[in-house]
Amino acid sequence: MEWLNAIVQGALLGGLYALFAAGLSLIFGVMRLVNIAHGDLIVLAAYLGLTVTAATGLHPLLALVVVVPAMGAIGYALQRGLLNQTLGDDLLPPLLVTFGLSVIIQNGLLEVYSADPQKLDAGALETASLSVGGLSLGILPVLTFAVAVAVIWALQWTFYHTSLGRAFRAVSDNQDIAQLMGLNRRHVFGLAMALALVVTGIAGILLGIRTSFDPSIGGGRLIFAFEAVIIGGLGNLWGTLAGGVILGVAQTVGAKIDPGWQLLAGHLAFLFILAVRPNGLFPRIAA
Amino acid sequence: MPDDILRMQGLDAHYQDFQALYGVDMHVDTGEVLAIIGANGAGKTTLMRSITGLIANGPGQILYRGVDIGGMRADQVARLGLAMVPEGRQLFPSLSVEENLVIGGQMGRRGPWSLEKVFALFPILKDRRAVPSTSLSGGQQQMVAIGRALMSNPDIILFDEISLGLAPIVIKDIYDALPGIIGEGMSAVIVEQDITKALSVSSRVYCLQEGRVSLEGASATISREEISRAYFGIQ
Repeated sequence: MEWLNAIVQGALLGGLYALFAAGLSLIFGVMRLVNIAHGDLIVLAAYLGLTVTAATGLHPLLALVVVVPAMGAIGYALQRGLLNQTLGDDLLPPLLVTFGLSVIIQNGLLEVYSADPQKLDAGALETASLSVGGLSLGILPVLTFAVAVAVIWALQWTFYHTSLGRAFRAVSDNQDIAQLMGLNRRHVFGLAMALALVVTGIAGILLGIRTSFDPSIGGGRLIFAFEAVIIGGLGNLWGTLAGGVILGVAQTVGAKIDPGWQLLAGHLAFLFILAVRPNGLFPRIAA
Repeated sequence: MPDDILRMQGLDAHYQDFQALYGVDMHVDTGEVLAIIGANGAGKTTLMRSITGLIANGPGQILYRGVDIGGMRADQVARLGLAMVPEGRQLFPSLSVEENLVIGGQMGRRGPWSLEKVFALFPILKDRRAVPSTSLSGGQQQMVAIGRALMSNPDIILFDEISLGLAPIVIKDIYDALPGIIGEGMSAVIVEQDITKALSVSSRVYCLQEGRVSLEGASATISREEISRAYFGIQ
């Protein structure tokens, strides 16, 4: 039963990792941009949530109403103002620029909020639980997982059933020809980054409620996001959810064996899958 | 309103590091079908990329209905009513046949063309509307590429090497369909290596040679000898 408990808790944790990863996966899919600052943007969203809750006294989940649009606007501005200038045939400039951005965000947060660990106070929600078949499940992890499923379903639906998603796919396929269809790729990329950071905003708030955070933890979140994306297979959002779940389960089962093994077990699971299935478990079938 | 819908004046264009077009002067009259012929590397595709805005050009070098479009982005040019059927079809592989057509029409320009009319023109596409565009044969893909351009209800449509890589029987079908397409008051530019086909559907022809216009004339009266000379540069 203890083992089953560890697996279930890990799967729920995987929902949070999938939320970290979904935005990363989306922008890589649309514009082949690897965003090294993605983890720091998650942390930025958590701090925005902190500021909003401190200023207004709102519950952190209600702060989403402010944080999510703010992150979307930041994403659009970041893409149009900076990242679009780095995109081209060469993959190196966007890597370097987002790496620099990562350093800037970390130090900016350090300057404004100091290095003290912070946490979003969600009150009774943090400790509430429900009992299912002898297992005690926290309401917050269950809620996080449900949000992850809903977000990935919504992204999937947007991609395949809206004109915005059609524009994303067209620009991803062939930028020149997409321009001939009247699509301004710079605008489309801006919208993709906005959507990615909307998801990042949700992820940041849920992270901040679940654990304490400080300006330095972005890199670790980026690694989890990368691993979830790669395990699931590039370009497959449901695969990303599966990747998050596998990573989460590996971590909690590892921690169950020895508390010091939590992170190592996750990385080992990642390496194992990379060795056995280099393209991930569910790669998008090449056209 | 000028008589010409499109005019190139002293157009210089570069393909990567070398200059591909040198002072090209051309015009397309409203409602006419113009053919542009020339050997590989003569600058035909660079010319198409310049007109559509995929390559930026100097001010005043390309006029569309008298408006300077030389410095405009491709999406801005497309919104003015200029569409292209690109060389090698270049459909969107992630999009279904129907989505490839719909995305062509998303600018919302008014005109005779709709999904139903494209399906009426190419009935086979209606049966295959839901499949990925990559699963079609080459000829069917060309129909989608033509339909995609028509869906934007353009005032002028550029056809870049539409017979390239297709079986002769398919090329015949495509060219048989052309009068019905261009007959809707549209202007058209046809870029071709197949000179006979190009001359048969056009009213005027330009020949490009090494980035310069080497010949201009009426398609019906121009002689084979003149074309050979302009095409290969043999005196």
